Amino acid sequence: MPQQVPRLLAVFAVVIAALIVARRVLTPPTFGELGHYRAVAVDSIAARPVKYAGRRACAACHSPVVEQHAGGNHAGVSCEVCHGPAAAHVAAPLDTKPVISRDRALCERCHAFNPSRPLGFAQIDTVMHNPRMPCIGCHRPHTPEPPVAPQDCSACHGQFARQKAVSRHAALACETCHETPVEHRTNPRAIRPTKPTTRAFCGQCHGSPDTGAPQVDLRTHNQSYVCWQCHYPHYPEAN
Amino acid sequence: MQGYIYPNEFELQWSLLIVLYPYLTGLVAGAFILASLERVFNVREVQPTYRLALLTALAFLIVAPLPLMAHLGHPERAFEMFLTPNKRSAMAMFGFVYAWYLMVVLLLEIWFDYRRDIVIWARQSTGIRRWIYYGLTLGATDLSPRTLAFDDSAGRWITVIGIPSAFLLHGYVGFIFGSVKANPWWSSVLMPVVFLFSAIVSGIALVLVIYMLTTMLRWRKIDMACLDKLAQFLFYALIVDASLESLDFIHRLYEAEESIDILAQLVQNRLFISLIVLQLLIGTLIPLVALGFASPALRKGGFLRIPPELRQLIYLVAAVFVQIGIFSIRWNVVIGGQLFSKSLRGLTVYKVQLLGIEGLAMTMVLLALPFVILWVLAKLLPPWPDRVPQDDVAAT
Amino acid sequence: MPDAHDMPDSWPREAEPPKEVRVDRRAFLANLLAAAAAAGSPILLGAVRLPRLAAQDDGPYDASEHYYGIGLDVNKCIGCARCVAACKTENDVPLEPHYFNTWIERYILRTDGSVEVESPNGGLDGFAGIENAGTVLRTFFVPKLCNHCENPPCVQVCPVGATFVSQDGVVLVDEDYCVGCRYCIQACPYGARYLHPEKRVAGKCTFCYHRITKGLVPACVEACPTGARVFGELENRATPLARFMRFNDLQVLKPNLNTKPKAYYANLDYEVR
Repeated sequence: MPQQVPRLLAVFAVVIAALIVARRVLTPPTFGELGHYRAVAVDSIAARPVKYAGRRACAACHSPVVEQHAGGNHAGVSCEVCHGPAAAHVAAPLDTKPVISRDRALCERCHAFNPSRPLGFAQIDTVMHNPRMPCIGCHRPHTPEPPVAPQDCSACHGQFARQKAVSRHAALACETCHETPVEHRTNPRAIRPTKPTTRAFCGQCHGSPDTGAPQVDLRTHNQSYVCWQCHYPHYPEAN
Repeated sequence: MQGYIYPNEFELQWSLLIVLYPYLTGLVAGAFILASLERVFNVREVQPTYRLALLTALAFLIVAPLPLMAHLGHPERAFEMFLTPNKRSAMAMFGFVYAWYLMVVLLLEIWFDYRRDIVIWARQSTGIRRWIYYGLTLGATDLSPRTLAFDDSAGRWITVIGIPSAFLLHGYVGFIFGSVKANPWWSSVLMPVVFLFSAIVSGIALVLVIYMLTTMLRWRKIDMACLDKLAQFLFYALIVDASLESLDFIHRLYEAEESIDILAQLVQNRLFISLIVLQLLIGTLIPLVALGFASPALRKGGFLRIPPELRQLIYLVAAVFVQIGIFSIRWNVVIGGQLFSKSLRGLTVYKVQLLGIEGLAMTMVLLALPFVILWVLAKLLPPWPDRVPQDDVAAT
Repeated sequence: MPDAHDMPDSWPREAEPPKEVRVDRRAFLANLLAAAAAAGSPILLGAVRLPRLAAQDDGPYDASEHYYGIGLDVNKCIGCARCVAACKTENDVPLEPHYFNTWIERYILRTDGSVEVESPNGGLDGFAGIENAGTVLRTFFVPKLCNHCENPPCVQVCPVGATFVSQDGVVLVDEDYCVGCRYCIQACPYGARYLHPEKRVAGKCTFCYHRITKGLVPACVEACPTGARVFGELENRATPLARFMRFNDLQVLKPNLNTKPKAYYANLDYEVR
């Protein structure tokens, strides 16, 4: 055997042996127990401190408020959304108290009108709606139902009102097409206004001469459709 | 920033250092492939560059991990890739490919090729140099014809293994990018192949430049047959590389997948200079034309008859342009892939820092370092054909 | 007379000896059997499922008994970003505008087919009004977070095993082992990961692992005022997520990449990426 071979083999053997030893010594102890990771990492991640106590923690001491809150419109809003993280307060109730801002900005975060918010969510025009007054002056934050029933549909349905106001239907009141029981103003989700269901409804204006509205022969004009499949009632000229 | 990017995408994660890294490993693979041309495919003309190519590959391979280490958030934990490598991760497996290539291919090949000369230099030197040389021999000082024949045979076998290993070395870097399905600019079957052939192009060009400059610095005559052959192979490699890149481009345009809009914006707005001007025009088209006319690739003796000195200048400029082009490819892949959002709706910008560990200054240092190492290696193991020592002691 | 609230000296109290009562043994056994059959038959027939007892009282947390996912109802999100704020507080996420475990995007689809997407400071800075409101076809908010995929590309590419899927289906980062190579950040198709500027390791949503292992919900779910985020377990009937998945048509983000996300979106628009 040429003399290069044993010498090279010796070098490689030393290197490989060093690698194997290093691997055995340096590999972290819990590695591979549960998968290709250090099992102890799961425990250290799970041991991180909790900052938000969670809804259930508040009920233990603040039950009257919690019961009120559970019956109001903010029932789905966790205490800590407005009052901030309270785990420290739960651990040492007398040492730290959650602070809460009494400023309009807190409420406007959710309730300022934004066209991207889903329909049916309570929104106000921050400039028009009692400007510069604190919200809690009229609305109790834990049961925030409006102190008086809204006068106009646009108080909650601002988006529809905005669209209709610049359309050919601007002069029509909402009640022209939507029969609205008065209870809808105080119990909007349970008691709903009606919506027209037939072509004949639109035909009351658009199929009867002498109403001043553009006329259409309902017998021949797209009989297989209802009117609002093509004409958006709140902005009819858009299509 | 225009359009929309995910909030977390504001910071580019892989910076100039990660552009440098595939550039360096590409040069390693390319230089080695060039060396293998002589050893395995018996292209006699490029013999003068054989050892130079090997030492160049080694110098760049030594520097290649440095930009990676500098880039890591915790370089002190880098050894974890060897302790607990994730077998499904291309990056982890690359550590082993690199180690294999360094230890089994490159170092062994250099050792076998130089062993005879190291033994003679050991005998001829004094002092610490003598000890260094003896150490390098690993005690194998026998220079009988049988052992020398073994050196030669072993070297050839290692080169044979080394060619696919070099393909693997840089193809793997391409796979690290090409296997990221989240990024439509990177995710491509062609990525490893394009990376590999652009590496071959850059390696040949680098050895051409180094050979020319070192020969001139040493006041020797340039072997024109060698240089012409290098230019010829550079031309062929450029043809293949340009074809592959064109294929990728045409394929993307033809399929016009969802990402085509943002990628078109990327190329037009962010990568116009680095892709159209530097990569395509300067890096590919001009060298193709220049080498096509000047080198013997298209017709023996050159498509146009150009006197040797002018040919040398054309080759040098073409090779430098090729380097610029290949560096631009790495930039366009690494940085380009991060300049558009994965939401496919927006572009962002990359501001190169001057100082700092990921800055321009560090990149310059890391680019210069292989040449410094090459200088040291050339001093220790001269690769010049006229420096092969004569054995003036009878072999035992 | 001992008060009901007083603890007796010996506790648990020993059973008092039964009083003598004459009972017809046969009749008693017959009654017993009838009662048992009446009570047990619905259970035996499967019409009534015995409720799964709460895990809290069953000793230490066992990760193999849980498998978490999250539901997101786009129609309920009002874009208030309380979730983003709560997450940053709960998980000490850096406050700069490019580090988010979760964020809110707003989409504005115009009638000409164009789409505008924005996320100013992840939603924490609020969303402005919309110009040219007349050209808006639809507009909505979409909450985004790590999808805790079942086939996560980020875990696949981690060279050292610093990011992994826990037994309960949560993708976590071992901050003491991560080398900061950022391959996982490149591999995530959803932009859910970032490099923590001080710790120099990868950061992302952990489903508030430190909370869910104690029976709490993640901070973002706790904070959402409209119930747009629904946290729960897959493979378990008694969890809010089960109802969410039963009642809604669901979509996931980038299904073609086969990452198998566990963040299920209800009412997701086709323009959301």
